Amino acid sequence: MVEESGIRVVRCGGNKISFRAPIISKDSRYEFLLCASGDLVKVFSTSTEECVHVLEGHTGQVTGVILNPTNHLQVYSCSADGTIRLWDFIDGILIKFFLAVSKSVFVSPENFQLVALHLPKVPEQEVEAREMSAVLCNISSNPGSTAMGRGGEYVASVMGRQLTVYFFKKLKTYRFSLKATDKKGAKNAFTCVACHPKDDCIATGHEDGKIRLWRNFNQKKEYTYSTQHWHHDAVGTLCFTTEGMHLLSGGVESVLVQWHCEEVNKKDFLPRLGGAISHICVSPDGQMYSTSHLDNKINIIHCSLKLSAVIQGLVKGNIWTDLMIDPRTRALVMNGRPGHLQFYSLQQDKQLYSLDIVQQEYINQEGLDQFEVMRAAFSVGGTWLATVEERGRCTSDLESSLKLWVYNEKAQSFELNTTITAAHQDRIMHMCFSPSTETTMLVTTAWDNQFKVWLLGLDSDTQKEHASWSCDYVGSYHGLQPTNCCFSSDGSLLAVSFKEVVTIWSSDTWELLTTLCQPPGPIRELCFGRLSCSKYLLGTTAKNLFCWNLLTCSLEWSTPMDVCLLRSDPLSENVVAFSLHSGNTDLFVFRPSEPRPLFTQKAVCGGKVQRCVFSPREEPLDSCDERFQWLNRSRLYFLTELMELLTFSTKAEDERILNSRKQLLVDDSVAVTPFYLLLGKHRQQQEEKQNSGVSQAADRVQPPQASVAIKELLHTPAHVLPAASFLCSMFVNSLLISNTGSRNLQEEKPFSFPLCSGTNGQICWLGM
Amino acid sequence: MGEFNVHRVRFFDYMPSAIRALAFQPQRERIAVARTDGTVEIFNRADCFFQEKVIPGRQQAATEALAWVGDRLFSAGLNGEIIEYDLDNNKTKYTIDAYGGPIWSITSNKQGTHLAVGCEDGTVKLFEVHEDRIQFERNLAKQKGRIISLSWHPSGSKIVAGMMDVIHIFDTETGQSVQRLLVDRGVGTSRSQECVVWSVVYLSDGTIISGDSAGKVKMWDSRTGTLIKSHQVTKWDVLTLSVSQDETSLAVGTSEGHVVQFQFLSMVLGQEDKEWVRTRTFKNHTHDVRAVLEVNTAIVSGGMDTQFVVRPLLDKIDERGQASALRNIQFPHRRLVSCARKAGLLLFQYPGHLELWRYYSNGEEHICCSAVSPCGGWIAYSTVASFRLYRLHCENNNVSIIKVSKLPKVLSSANQICFSSDSSHLFVASTLLIFYLPSSSQGSGQAINLLAASEDGKWLASANSDHEVQIYNLNKMKPHCTVPVHSSGVSAMAIHPTTNNLFMVHADQQLTEYSVEKKQYTDWSRQVQRHGLHSLWLERDTPVTNVTFNPKNPAHIVLHDMYMFCIIDQTLPLPDQRSQFYNQLTLRSMPEKERKKHSHAFKMCKIFKELLFVELMEDQSLVVVERPLMDITAQLPAPVRQKKFAT
Repeated sequence: MVEESGIRVVRCGGNKISFRAPIISKDSRYEFLLCASGDLVKVFSTSTEECVHVLEGHTGQVTGVILNPTNHLQVYSCSADGTIRLWDFIDGILIKFFLAVSKSVFVSPENFQLVALHLPKVPEQEVEAREMSAVLCNISSNPGSTAMGRGGEYVASVMGRQLTVYFFKKLKTYRFSLKATDKKGAKNAFTCVACHPKDDCIATGHEDGKIRLWRNFNQKKEYTYSTQHWHHDAVGTLCFTTEGMHLLSGGVESVLVQWHCEEVNKKDFLPRLGGAISHICVSPDGQMYSTSHLDNKINIIHCSLKLSAVIQGLVKGNIWTDLMIDPRTRALVMNGRPGHLQFYSLQQDKQLYSLDIVQQEYINQEGLDQFEVMRAAFSVGGTWLATVEERGRCTSDLESSLKLWVYNEKAQSFELNTTITAAHQDRIMHMCFSPSTETTMLVTTAWDNQFKVWLLGLDSDTQKEHASWSCDYVGSYHGLQPTNCCFSSDGSLLAVSFKEVVTIWSSDTWELLTTLCQPPGPIRELCFGRLSCSKYLLGTTAKNLFCWNLLTCSLEWSTPMDVCLLRSDPLSENVVAFSLHSGNTDLFVFRPSEPRPLFTQKAVCGGKVQRCVFSPREEPLDSCDERFQWLNRSRLYFLTELMELLTFSTKAEDERILNSRKQLLVDDSVAVTPFYLLLGKHRQQQEEKQNSGVSQAADRVQPPQASVAIKELLHTPAHVLPAASFLCSMFVNSLLISNTGSRNLQEEKPFSFPLCSGTNGQICWLGM
Repeated sequence: MGEFNVHRVRFFDYMPSAIRALAFQPQRERIAVARTDGTVEIFNRADCFFQEKVIPGRQQAATEALAWVGDRLFSAGLNGEIIEYDLDNNKTKYTIDAYGGPIWSITSNKQGTHLAVGCEDGTVKLFEVHEDRIQFERNLAKQKGRIISLSWHPSGSKIVAGMMDVIHIFDTETGQSVQRLLVDRGVGTSRSQECVVWSVVYLSDGTIISGDSAGKVKMWDSRTGTLIKSHQVTKWDVLTLSVSQDETSLAVGTSEGHVVQFQFLSMVLGQEDKEWVRTRTFKNHTHDVRAVLEVNTAIVSGGMDTQFVVRPLLDKIDERGQASALRNIQFPHRRLVSCARKAGLLLFQYPGHLELWRYYSNGEEHICCSAVSPCGGWIAYSTVASFRLYRLHCENNNVSIIKVSKLPKVLSSANQICFSSDSSHLFVASTLLIFYLPSSSQGSGQAINLLAASEDGKWLASANSDHEVQIYNLNKMKPHCTVPVHSSGVSAMAIHPTTNNLFMVHADQQLTEYSVEKKQYTDWSRQVQRHGLHSLWLERDTPVTNVTFNPKNPAHIVLHDMYMFCIIDQTLPLPDQRSQFYNQLTLRSMPEKERKKHSHAFKMCKIFKELLFVELMEDQSLVVVERPLMDITAQLPAPVRQKKFAT
């Protein structure tokens, strides 16, 4: 975007991996799962759940991946940028790329059509595919509603309440419609389709949860179908297994249903898989299934319906909590699965774990009012985690509870310490821990016009070791509603904003020290300066950004701007402010002590920035450019309206990543066999020699005449070859190392192949 | 259309009995239905499944199975007897004992030469079919255990018998068992129970299909005696199987009340090798489906819930119309209620007794028809064997009844009874038409199933099951004329009191009016034929069972079927195909002037529950006899328990 300035906004992980159906393939040793993720194709190992390769190159959203039918180690991917690319996914190499959409064809976004594209077989890497013929017009944009039939003889597509089957050879189209509704008000619209790989049978899923199996669909009238019903809501996806023995289906219930094609009444279930199932795929050998879920997760399931691996991306559902950084793991913490907090490692682009806050079974059904985590906060060291969960926000009967979790070193996870049900009369709006190290203190503000201070202490009644939290002080100010609260960096002062008034309290005595008021407009955000700027308090209203000096209790400066988000970097004096301006969000980085911003960037992203957080770097950058120094200690992550997680990346960082990626390419393509052990030792010694020896070693390894002898041996047809005994000595000679090498070679173990020429002319390895 | 005082009658506890067996006669497209009370009903498939004939049953009759041999109908039951029916006279022709204990099944071969019955004692008995009787021929090799089900191979050389836990294949030439197929028992608790092979079907390609109490439908190869495929259709019993004429479709009836269809389909399109694949499931019954039939374009089923369900196969039907509608026949297509219009009495006909406020009970034979005279002074009824006439005195709540003895000998039995309007004459019809009081008789070939006498006592119309309608002149005591034969049977008719026009309603819902005096169709009738009836009228699935006239307004004709009653105003124009048919509500909302423009001849009323009888009394009050289906279902035994979602 602004590359010349040496800094750019990049998408940092957390892409949706369940956008399109993944594919499973395997080489001789490992099984891989490939899925489209943003404009990348990611290759995961199904055994370790790690991302092995990233196929980079597309410039638009990848809209589909498919295995090359002639080579199971190659994959085609298509993208919204109008190209189709062929990759070798084991090595992560782009093999070919086809420019597909010719400019003359106009495709309107509402009216999708299925086209057959001829991929020309030419040696060039960049090919323009021109031959294109429309197969079906007006199809659904969801790829799950189109499926290829047995051996590619026909294609089935569903749209609305119509199933269309097109036979390629006969060039004939058959359409089958269902009635709008039957008497019981069932919703008959199709949702997905799958074709049996061996028989001529089409399975369709419907909005009311029925599955229909169509047969005889080359007849206008005498087609027939049978109906199965298990899902209570729309069938999300359907898939036949490779041999066609089973039909797999999934939907909102997040239960994988395995139907037996022979015995239609028999079915197996794998429940509680996570969010709604959006795709199911089966490996070519039929041993592994995978289910993609709407909460950005891929489950890998063995065909005996045992969960074998989980690939979890960043869950981007409803986000109510702030973005937080767990001080221990440096993981990003936010709402995850319903009722959970997710700990997401930004460095590895992987979910570390998901903490169950609500501890109640989530029911996958729309319209139910279930507990959700609304607020969360970490204490400074990361020992304590406070969460607020709520239910009944829309109705009047609000249920909420404040939970405090303590980190258990032994278990390496958070444990519930205290649950306070109905901590406030009304919804809790904001909470923060005191940064002081002496006391562990939590302040909550709520709509019931009070703020409460919670303190950890030994319970005097029970006389137990177990320390729990209790309310220490309840504060209010003129019956006004508190919105924000913030501790000063040493924890001695607490600022609470009540509508237009900011009140400053002493955290030792809970005495109201002073009030600051700067009308008009209620205070939106409140934030203390850090380090050398800790005497400053920043506040925003709808129109202005204020900075008060707490030593003089007066306004230091103010500037008219509409700040929607204000955050301070815990490791420096820097404060970042996002401001919405004509549809785009602008970024300002400044220090409270200086009215001049350190860095500004217009139009960081479209729409409003939802959340942002500073994440401390593991090792500080040493950027000399003054403008980017604010990025030296921490990184800034922010979440846009479209739930994209973005960050800033400097040029130096980009280069470092590129370098590290090159190192990652390790040659591990040889299987561990006895032959490999033999050869491996050989290679090891060669490497040792290369390292210890001088440059001559290279000449020794491949004497020029040796290659000639081997070539002669291998490339001459067998029937014109002289007797093997005749060739043997020449061959062995070619392998021997000439003694003309340097002297220090003698100090090493003499290297030779123990070879023996058999009497019958065979050459055999003896082993070492 | 006017307002009426309505007498809503709900104390007629009519209870149909469960359907036990079905049999199809493909040449004449007749379906025979056997009920558990021994009644046999004949439905005409070609004539909108109109119930043409009813042969009343007897108390002990326990019909288990039906079989057609050509035009002849046989039944066999647990009383060990084989019955042949006289379909002309609607009665049993003869009964012979098979001497093998209770009979579970009867089946005829395709050639129509033999009948096979399966008996409790383990024998399959072959009967030769002669012109007038059947003759016992031989026993096939006796097996241990009862023979539940039988099926002939279409060639007639082999017969398959379903028994307990085993299926036997017999060679009919030698009488020996050539194959023995063992049937698995169910799993779990039913492991200890014997597996009953409720139904078997022998296909021409040598495949045997069996349905058993373990809930499985199994396909066997009869040559090798091996199981080809087994389908678990239900958790309970598979009770009945029926294969279509071309052997491409199989209907399976289960205890859950479902009918499951299997189709013989090629798994790969365009290839020859086919497999039986389970396709559709029809859930029209609440109780056991005891009998099912594949009739070319429809699946017919009946069971414990007493309904006769016709489920059309839409893929075999070309256009939408009467044939493509689901039919659910619950009430008989004839009158069970007679009304004394002048005296205001109602007579209800039950299988075992008559009710005139419940005061009379009959012996063991079932009543086939009954009537009460308009003045309320006479009651007549007939069973298969006898005819009875009673004199009735009603004085101040004291009801006395005197049996009229000395009836003429010719009055032995009747199909239809009718009193003249002044109660001076009684008309009794079987195949002979008898005018009683001044006694006389006229003959015809088929059993008469409808009679209508004119108000002035001059004319009498009779309709028989061959769709013929005769009109007699009662003054001259001889036939007056014959109404041109319509393709569909008459379901209800009446002679207009003032104009003496015969108004007929046919099973295909057509309306005709015939002027008796002029011996021709009336102008209104011709206009109806020319104009055509509204499609909504034609798509109704129950026939009109009664026609009466409004004594105050001669242009009004009152009709009713099971779901509605209707007044036809002959002075108003007929509805167009495009116009709104059920237009009372719309008319009510219109101003007076516009109403005229939009009103048409048909005034429908659907506010009542399922109707058995509607009659307009002398004092303009309407008697409506309702029998809500809910009450019938409430009297049925509890169905098998099924888990319902979200319960």
